[in-house]
Amino acid sequence: MAAHAHAVKRYPGFWGWLWDWLTTVDHKKIGILYLVAGGLFFVFGGIEALLIRLQLMFPMNDLISEDFYNELITMHGTTMIFLAAMPVIFALMNAVVPLQIGARDVAFPFVNALGFWTFFFGGLLLNLAWLMGEVPDAGWTAYPPLATTAYSSHHGMDYYVLGLQIAGIGTLLGGINFMATIINLRAPGMTFMRMPMFTWASFITSALIVFAFPALTVGLVAMMFDRIFGANFFNVDAGGNIVLWEHIFWLFGHPEVYILILPAFGVISEVISTFSRKRLFGYSTMVFATILIAFLGFMVWAHHMFTTGLGPVANALFSIATMAIAVPTGIKVFNWLFTMWGGSIRFTAANLYAIGFIPTFVMGGVTGVMLASAPADFQYHDSYFVVGHFHYTIVGGLVTGLLAGIHYWWPKMFGRMLHEGLGKLSFWFYIIGFHLTFFVQHFLGLLGMPRRVATYLPNQGFDTMNLVSTIGAILMTVGIAVFFVNVVITSLKPRHAANDPWEDGRTLEWAIPSPAPEYNFKQIPLVRGLDAWWKEKMEGNKELPPAEPLGPIHMPSPSILPFIMGVGFFISGFGFMYNLVFAVIGLVIVLVCMALRSIFDDHGYHIEPEEPKKGEVAA
Amino acid sequence: MNRWHAGKKLALALMFGLFPLLAACGRADLSVLNPQGPVAQRQFDVLMVSVGIMTLVVVVVFALLIYVLVRFRRRRGDNSIPEQVEGNHKLEIIWTVIPIILLIILAVPTVGAIGKFAEDYWDDPNAVQVKVTAYQYWWEFEYPQYGITTAQELVVPIGKKIAFELVAGDVKHSFWIPAIGGKMDNNPGLTNRFYLEFPTPGVYRGRCAELCGPSHAYMDFKAKAVDQASFDRWVAAMQGPAVLPEDDNIREAFVSKCLTCHAVGDQGAPIGPNLTGLGSRVTVAGILFNDTPEQEYVIDPAKTEENIKVWLEDTQKIKPGNMMPSAVDLQLTQEQIDGIAKYLANYRLDYE
Repeated sequence: MAAHAHAVKRYPGFWGWLWDWLTTVDHKKIGILYLVAGGLFFVFGGIEALLIRLQLMFPMNDLISEDFYNELITMHGTTMIFLAAMPVIFALMNAVVPLQIGARDVAFPFVNALGFWTFFFGGLLLNLAWLMGEVPDAGWTAYPPLATTAYSSHHGMDYYVLGLQIAGIGTLLGGINFMATIINLRAPGMTFMRMPMFTWASFITSALIVFAFPALTVGLVAMMFDRIFGANFFNVDAGGNIVLWEHIFWLFGHPEVYILILPAFGVISEVISTFSRKRLFGYSTMVFATILIAFLGFMVWAHHMFTTGLGPVANALFSIATMAIAVPTGIKVFNWLFTMWGGSIRFTAANLYAIGFIPTFVMGGVTGVMLASAPADFQYHDSYFVVGHFHYTIVGGLVTGLLAGIHYWWPKMFGRMLHEGLGKLSFWFYIIGFHLTFFVQHFLGLLGMPRRVATYLPNQGFDTMNLVSTIGAILMTVGIAVFFVNVVITSLKPRHAANDPWEDGRTLEWAIPSPAPEYNFKQIPLVRGLDAWWKEKMEGNKELPPAEPLGPIHMPSPSILPFIMGVGFFISGFGFMYNLVFAVIGLVIVLVCMALRSIFDDHGYHIEPEEPKKGEVAA
Repeated sequence: MNRWHAGKKLALALMFGLFPLLAACGRADLSVLNPQGPVAQRQFDVLMVSVGIMTLVVVVVFALLIYVLVRFRRRRGDNSIPEQVEGNHKLEIIWTVIPIILLIILAVPTVGAIGKFAEDYWDDPNAVQVKVTAYQYWWEFEYPQYGITTAQELVVPIGKKIAFELVAGDVKHSFWIPAIGGKMDNNPGLTNRFYLEFPTPGVYRGRCAELCGPSHAYMDFKAKAVDQASFDRWVAAMQGPAVLPEDDNIREAFVSKCLTCHAVGDQGAPIGPNLTGLGSRVTVAGILFNDTPEQEYVIDPAKTEENIKVWLEDTQKIKPGNMMPSAVDLQLTQEQIDGIAKYLANYRLDYE
C-alpha cells in the first residue's frame, strides 16, 4: 500500500481541536501533553505537600487526622515521583531530543502517544482513589505487611499497584522509544560523541528505565496477586518474605532516582553552556560520568536497607559502592563550574534556576555521601535527615533543573518567551523557600524526629524548626504560583519568539523556527561537529547545511487507538478492584486496538514542502 | 564521653553559619548530636568525619561558584565570544582523585564501625538478653535469662552489653533510641540481632522509625538505665507474684476485663502490653507522660492515674488504629475505671 500523499484531515471548532490533541502522534504535541498532565499532577502533589507541612507546623496539631496524614504522604510521594517528575522529564525529552538530533519525530510515534495515554490513565486511576474514598496509605514504598490486605483491607493500595502498573507501561514504552530514537534517527554527522548533553542524558535515562521499570512491574504484579488473588509472596505466615519486596522495590527505586536526576544534569549542561557562551567543559568526561553514574546506580539499592539486617558484608559493600557514585557526580559539578569559568554569564531566569541547581544539588549530594556510611545511617535512616536529603536531590536538584529546562525551552515549545521578571521573581521565592523548608529537616532528623510521623510531642526541640520548615513551604508555593501566573500571562501573548531567542543557542533545535514546524526540519541537516548550530553561526552561516535534497516529507498518521487503549487499561484497572468482568472488558478493548493496529497498515502521509524563499532558513 | 562536645558545636556552627537554631544540640535523652553511649558515640564520630569532609567540599564548590559568577558575569555591552575551551585533563584528574581520597578517608571508619556494630553478644553470658517484639503501636521487652516480660519501658543495667533480638508481631517496625545508638528494623518473620550500651543511668526516649500505620507517630517507648543493684531488684520484683486489686469488685472487673489480654506477674494473658508495675513507668501508652514539668521523669501517681483514665476513656483518640477497646466497649463502670486506674497507678515496683 503506497503512502497517501495528502495531509491529515483537520476538523474545525472545539471538537476538532480536541480530536487533534487526542489523536496526535507528533512528539512536540505529546511533549506538551506530558507537560500539562505532569503540571496538573504536580499541583495535586503540591497541595498534598502543603497540607503535610501545615499539619506539622505545630506540635500535636490536629488539623488533619492520622489516617488522612498517611494517605497524604503516600499520595504525595507517589504522585510527585511517578506522575509529576517523570512526565515533565518526558515532556522535555519529547520536546527537545528529536530536534537536538536532527530527526523528524521519534522512532515510534504511535508508541509515543500510547506511552503518554497509558501514563495519563494510570495516574488518573491512582488519583481517583481520593474520589472513591479509599486512598493508598502505606507510604510510596508500600512495604508489606502494612501494604497487604491484612493491614490495609480497603482498596487504597489496589489503586497504587494498578495505577502504577498502568502508568509504568507508559514509562517503559517511552524509555524504549527514546533509546530507539537516539540510536537510529540521528542526522548524518551526528555521531554519539557529537550528541548534545541533554540527549546523552535522555539516552542513558531511557536505558535505565528499560532495565529498572521491569523490576517494579514484577514487584507490583506480585503485590497485586497477594492483594487481589490471595497469593502469598509477602505473607510471612505462609512462607512469604517481606524483605523480598524491599529488594525488588529498591532494585527499581534506586535507579529511579538516577532516571530522575540524569535528565536534570542534561538540562543544566545545556543551559549553563548556552548562557556562558561556552562549550561544555570536559564533554567526553561528562558523557563518561553519566554512564558511570547509571551503571553504579544499579549497584547500590541496598543502601535503602542498611537497617533491615542484611549483615555487615552487604552493608560494607553497599556503603562503598554508594560512596563511589560521588566521584562521577563531583566531576560533573566541577565541569559545570569550569564551563562558566572564563565564560560570559547571562543571568536569565532559566540560568538562575540552573545556577541555583549547582549548590543545592551539591548539598543534597554531600548528605547522600553521609547516608552512604552504613553505621552513621543507622542513625539517619527513616529520620527527617533522610527527608531533607532526598528533597535536596529531587526538589533542589531535579525540580530546579526541570524549571531551568522549562524556562529555557519554553520558546521552542510554544513560540513565546516566558516573562523574565516574573521568572526571576519565582526563582527567588522558590529557592529561598526551598532551603528554608528542607535545610532544617536534616537537623530535625538528627535531633531524633522520625519521618512519616503525623505529629510530634512538644518540648523535644522540634517546634521552631518545623515552623520554619512550614514557612519555607509557603514561600515555595508562592514561587510556584508566580511561575504559573507567568505561564498564563505568556500564553495570552502572540507567538513571536525568534528561532534562536537566547541568541547563544548551540544545538540544532535553535536553528529552526519556534515552535518547530510539524516536520521539524525541511531538510535533515548535516552535522559537522559538537554544538552544530554554534559552529555554523561562528563560521558565519545563517542556516544548517542540508544532508538531503528538498523533497516530500514522510509523516506518521494520527490515531485515536492509543487513547482508546489507555481507556481500556483504565477500565480494566477498575475491574480488577471491583468486578473482574470489567477487567476482562478493558483488556479486550486493548487487545482489539492492538489487532486493529496490526491488521490495518498505515504508512502515514507526505507533506510537500514549498520551495524555500530566498533568505529563509532552509532547515 | 563528651570529648566531642565543644568540637562538635564549633564544627556545626562553622558549617551552618552560626545557625541560631543549633544553639542546642537537642535533648540529651533524644538527640543523635548528644550521644550518651559508645554506640551512638561511634556513630557520631563517623558522622563528624563525614560532616568535616562534606563541609570542605561544600565550601570549595560555593567559593568557586561565587567567584565564577562575579568574575565572569556578562558586562553590559560586552558581546565578545569567550574562548571555547574543550576541557583540561590535569584539572579533571585532580577533581577525580581528590574526591576518591576523601571517600577513602570516610570509608575506613565506616567499614570499621560496620564490623564493630555487627558483633553478636546474644550468647555472651555477661550480656543481658532482651527480645524486642514490636506490635502496632507498642513494644514488648522479654528477658529470656530471667523469664520476665515488660512493655513500653525497657529497663537495663548500666555498664553491660545489652544484646537485642528484634522481631515484629504484625507489620514492620524499627527500634530506635537516638541518644544511645542507631536503629535496627523489627521484621515480621525474620530476626535481627544487635547490641547497645548504656553507660549512664537515666531515661532515654525511644521510638518506632518505620511507618507502621496511623499511630506510627505515637509508637514511643522509654529506655531506663539503672545500676546493677537496682536492675537486680527490678528483676526480682518482676519475677514476684502478681499484685491484684484489693477491692473484690475492682479485682473481679480487672481479672475478667483486662487480664484476658494483659498480664500482671504470673496472671493474665500475653496478648497486649504487660502491666506489671505500671505505676513505675514514666508514661502510659508510651506517650502520656506521668512526670511533672518541674521534675522530669519523676513519676506523679496522681498524674499516672489521670492518664490511665484518659487512655481508657477513648483509646482510639490517643492511638488511632490500636487494638485496645475503650472502657465503654469493655462495659466498665465509672467506679471500676476509677478503681483500676488507682490500682495500676499505685502498682509500683520499688527498685531504684
